[in-house]
Amino acid sequence: MKILVCISKTPDTTAKIAFTDNNTKFSEEGVQHIINPYDEWYALVRAVELKEKDASTIIHLINVGDPSNDAIIRKALAIGGDEAIRVNTTAGDDYYVASQIAEIAKEGQYDLILTGKETIDYNGASVGGMIAEFLQMPFISFATKFDLEGTTATVTREIEGGAEVNEVSLPVVVSCQQGVAEQRIPNMRGIMGARTKPLKVVEPKDVATLTEIQSFDLPAPKQGVKLFAPEQAEDLVKALRDEAKVI
Amino acid sequence: MSVLVFIDQHDGHIKKSSFEAASYAFKIAQQLGTQAEGILIGKTNDDPASLGKYGLKKVYVASDDKYSQFDDGVYTGIIAEAVAQSGANVIVFSNNFNGKAIAPRLSVRLKAGLVTGAVALPDTSNGFVVKKSVFSGKAFANVSVKTDTRVITLNGNAYGVNETEGSAEVVSISPSIAESKVRVKEVNVLKGEVPLSEAEIVVSGGRGLKGPENWNLVTDLAAALGAATACSRPVSDSGWRPHHEHVGQTGLAIAPNLYIAIGISGAIQHLAGVNRSKVIVVINKDPEAPFFKAADYGIVGDAFEVVPKITEAVKKLKG
Ligand SMILES: Cc1cc2nc3c(=O)[nH]c(=O)nc-3n(C[C@H](O)[C@H](O)[C@H](O)COP(=O)(O)OP(=O)(O)OC[C@H]3O[C@@H](n4cnc5c(N)ncnc54)[C@H](O)[C@@H]3O)c2cc1C
Repeated sequence: MKILVCISKTPDTTAKIAFTDNNTKFSEEGVQHIINPYDEWYALVRAVELKEKDASTIIHLINVGDPSNDAIIRKALAIGGDEAIRVNTTAGDDYYVASQIAEIAKEGQYDLILTGKETIDYNGASVGGMIAEFLQMPFISFATKFDLEGTTATVTREIEGGAEVNEVSLPVVVSCQQGVAEQRIPNMRGIMGARTKPLKVVEPKDVATLTEIQSFDLPAPKQGVKLFAPEQAEDLVKALRDEAKVI
Repeated sequence: MSVLVFIDQHDGHIKKSSFEAASYAFKIAQQLGTQAEGILIGKTNDDPASLGKYGLKKVYVASDDKYSQFDDGVYTGIIAEAVAQSGANVIVFSNNFNGKAIAPRLSVRLKAGLVTGAVALPDTSNGFVVKKSVFSGKAFANVSVKTDTRVITLNGNAYGVNETEGSAEVVSISPSIAESKVRVKEVNVLKGEVPLSEAEIVVSGGRGLKGPENWNLVTDLAAALGAATACSRPVSDSGWRPHHEHVGQTGLAIAPNLYIAIGISGAIQHLAGVNRSKVIVVINKDPEAPFFKAADYGIVGDAFEVVPKITEAVKKLKG
């Protein structure tokens, strides 16, 4: 069984969000980068768990990005995975990234492709579904549970106000979120081992992006909080009714 | 040319978010000098013609029972068929679970640029530019779509529902679609309850409530307001509340009209899931809690004292 796990690099959750170049570029100043939490905590860890159950499983990680992403890729390899592939390019839009991953996936003949539910920077939630369409594979989104029995996967996906249990034969693309696995801290052996795991660099195929970010805006700052004393609970409720008009 | 909107259902009824998406599609159609149409898939207990109230001229309905189970591959095929019949060059979804599952596939199938999480009408004065939420609600990006066909998913409560008069023409379609590769074994939805992502009012509790035995503070206030309930991540991680109530960067992102946070500190990752709420009320005993900076109204005080008083006041003023 061969698993491909998509790994994205994102700013840390506490990073200051600011823009430069006339609000056209994200300001990297002082920003720490992390593996996109959904990719790391859920997609990657679940793949590692599957390998722990069946040692013949092969896990490849894939990232679309420039050499500055290698540190993040090594971090992911410290958690698990046999080798990583980096498509050497600046990530364009979701269509561009998904095309590159689909190209690699086609060659690699993977049985299972795992992604996080979305990246925490561009919040696209779109790469998994796009890969599935490029490869004409089924796609199960927002998985909260993933089990495998032979070549049949049973996947619970979140829906509005509930959950749906799906059964699907491999190959399949699954986007993962909370519930699929538990975050793991890499151990010393993993970190040492990651240094010597293969990190293949391949050149991108020529694909045009379909969209382009023109500029960024920050939300207008809040007016400031209106405070009530604990004994003024009724006044607060009146304000919500008469002033804010939300109840 | 037309603007086509996907009409999504919950438990056999059209979702509120679809009324909003239809209102948004209608406005885009007006902007482009064309008409808005809808596509509804599966059995429904509602009357598709009533979508005319939100500006739709025509609704394509693929009501065959075999479509009642969701499969993004099958749904993409049906919607692509409706796109062809309708001649649509803008396709609108709600930015919810189903919308986010289908839109990327459709984008590839039609080779149409995709913008997920739109928060405003597109600017069509020079090209086609859509403002979307990025960095988990901490910023917006203005995204230019370069293709002639575009796919947009609209954030919940970002545009609003515009209801007027009107009735849509209902057109039955029965596209020939490949068999689903996914077998749905079980669907568990909360019957008769508003899903958290659709709720207009949300009452949410954090670690400040000390334990699950105190959750009646949250549920009583929620019941008085007709609200859904939510919680912070440590609360669901500790099993005090079910996982689907967890809001924030790693949970559900919501945008109700009113979000009431009780005993939640307002960590940046929590705010990322609720900062699009129209009005935020914070109840916290620590005046330095970061949440007050993001709040519109607040009470500095002990939740165990304050919340029952609020619940009482709501009952009195609403009753
Ligand atoms: C990568 C990452 C992702 C994360 N994602 C999320 C996420 O999606 N959602 C999320 O919620 N968190 C998330 N977190 C965790 C987040 O950083 C905070 O730890 C968490 O939100 C704190 O939850 P809390 O406010 O309930 O608890 P605490 O931070 O412990 O705050 C409890 C609050 O209750 C107040 N309080 C105590 N007693 C009372 C009382 N009697 N009356 C009134 N107030 C009282 C206290 O003053 C305090 O402000 C994430 C963290 C990381 C690192």
